Amino acid sequence: MANQDVQYPPGFWGWLNKRMPVQKFLREQLLEYYAPKNFNVWYFFGSLALLVLVMQLFTGIFLTMFYKVGDASAFDSVEYIMREVDYGWLIRYLHTTGASAFFIVVYLHMYRALMYGSYKAPRELLWLFGMFIYLALMAEAFMGYVLPWGNMSYWAAQVIINLFSTIPVIGPGLVEWIRGDYGVADATVDRFFALHVVAIPLVLLLLVALHLVALRQVGSNNPEGIEIKGNLDADGKPLDGIPFHPYYTVKDVFGIGVFLTLFAIVAFFVPTFGNLFMEEANFEPANPLSTPEPIAPSWYFTPYYAILRAVPNQRLGALLLLIAVLAFFFLPWLDRSPVKSVRYRGALFRGFLAIFTVSFLSLMYLGLKPATGAYVTAARVAAIGYFSFFLLMPWYSRVDRTKPVPQRLRSHA
Amino acid sequence: MRNLFLAVVVLGFAPWLQVAGAAEEASGPLDWQDWHAGNQVANTDSLQRGARNFVNYCSGCHSIKYLRYSRMAKDLRIPPEQLKTYLLPAGATPADYFQASITPADGVAWFGKEPPDLSLIARSRGPDKVYRFLKTFYLDPSRPTRSNNLVLNNPAMPPVLSDLEGVKAAVFKNKQFDHFVTVSEGQLSPEQFDGFVRDTVNFLDYAGEPAQVDRQSIGVWVVLFLLMFTWIAWLLKKEYWKDIH
Repeated sequence: MANQDVQYPPGFWGWLNKRMPVQKFLREQLLEYYAPKNFNVWYFFGSLALLVLVMQLFTGIFLTMFYKVGDASAFDSVEYIMREVDYGWLIRYLHTTGASAFFIVVYLHMYRALMYGSYKAPRELLWLFGMFIYLALMAEAFMGYVLPWGNMSYWAAQVIINLFSTIPVIGPGLVEWIRGDYGVADATVDRFFALHVVAIPLVLLLLVALHLVALRQVGSNNPEGIEIKGNLDADGKPLDGIPFHPYYTVKDVFGIGVFLTLFAIVAFFVPTFGNLFMEEANFEPANPLSTPEPIAPSWYFTPYYAILRAVPNQRLGALLLLIAVLAFFFLPWLDRSPVKSVRYRGALFRGFLAIFTVSFLSLMYLGLKPATGAYVTAARVAAIGYFSFFLLMPWYSRVDRTKPVPQRLRSHA
Repeated sequence: MRNLFLAVVVLGFAPWLQVAGAAEEASGPLDWQDWHAGNQVANTDSLQRGARNFVNYCSGCHSIKYLRYSRMAKDLRIPPEQLKTYLLPAGATPADYFQASITPADGVAWFGKEPPDLSLIARSRGPDKVYRFLKTFYLDPSRPTRSNNLVLNNPAMPPVLSDLEGVKAAVFKNKQFDHFVTVSEGQLSPEQFDGFVRDTVNFLDYAGEPAQVDRQSIGVWVVLFLLMFTWIAWLLKKEYWKDIH
């Protein structure tokens, strides 16, 4: 054993490290973990997602201290938090703003991967863990949205849970099993509380840990899409890499500062963000007899909701919605291009990425609008744009005219 | 390929263009749908008047079940003796929540439905809509209350402010509302009545989120701190990154 020869320093630090590899862990994960030196602004969103996760856990713990689960008490207890708990309004606004911020940073984080081909080999598993995080996050956000038991909570639960009824044979029984009642009711909000507060956060934490372990194994991609491990110096260190600490830790602290400033502006001055982060209809208690018009899910679900409504057949719509979410999982195998970064790809990939971008944003907007006339037509066109990005990828990524990729990184941010 | 791309762009943005075009209306009918309450929840004088208005004209039927009298008195700087003399109903203590004078059963018997609690009305409908609602009652002899409303068609609520505002009739052109004509004058001039409604809506806005004034004043300091933190973090980053090329 090599460890026998190791000399531990005197005092508590040595005592601790003899029993637990604290120093070794920090050295390997921070000081000797080399990251490409050319990260640009898109590379802030991973650490920001981690920050938002911690913020959500922290504010969520305080909310559970005062929230009273149950269809008769949930709405009242949220208003109690807003009015009578010291700084309860702040904790709640940080949590609601955090939910939307989580999706903003995660969508930008995912878009970064699309642009620079970060899902391609050898980072397929890293990408898959990330996608499972995204799925868990959607479940977490949906169930959290139901807990205040406002009228939009109720009707969103009604609409989303009913999607499962389109599954052949087991659908109707499954819906009843999920709700725990013949309609969305007390049993539903109780179980969503358990899942939102205990089950899914545990899954999320596990997936984030796996995501980070996989990242440490393969290393970060970068805007050039060049593997820095391909150019090592005499000591075996990447020539174009820099130690994560202190370079990226100080850079991320700056990114956190910018993010928190914007975050605080929203949480303190426009917490409802023009009906997007908190909806007016949700300041009315759940009422099975009064349907809000239109029923619009939170903005981060609206692209999928627009696809669902663009299809006249509900079962087919639900299936397309599922495919629209799951399509991301297959990207590492749909993409046949020899290069990773959009910087060295040809016009075809750039064009399809542009179509995808416009389609996704259009669907996001259309999902907030009523499902009528021109809105539905536009949603159909945008849905075609959305799916063509994935379905045609095996073709256009292969025939695309790529540019030669240099051996070394050219620039740093 | 390029055509498909264009179609996506055009159709994706078409709804925005439509919305932008709709705002360009010729002047003619009364533009009540563009009226704004223009609330200032930091204006304590206005909130005090609004609380007085609410107690005199609304709290007969409507409660604010999430707002305590004492909390309001503290936020609106109303001295305890004034709270007791002018605002507290008989038998209520300052720690009680704003209550309606009538019971829900009376409400159902007299108006056909329970008058809603107004704690969150300014949040769930938006203050502008509440303002427009209170300003657009008009004479309609076909209704049991002899009145109707532009925002809420066939409301159960009677025109409780008509003593102050007077009575107005609505003129319709081609079944579209065009303008109001005065049937009888009220105790207040139109300007005074407008101020009355604005104060009341301002108070309901406050009642919807009593912490909002605190929220904004704390927010200024939080944002200033974060800006300073970010600036120092930027200097630190620049210092560390000097030697990276």
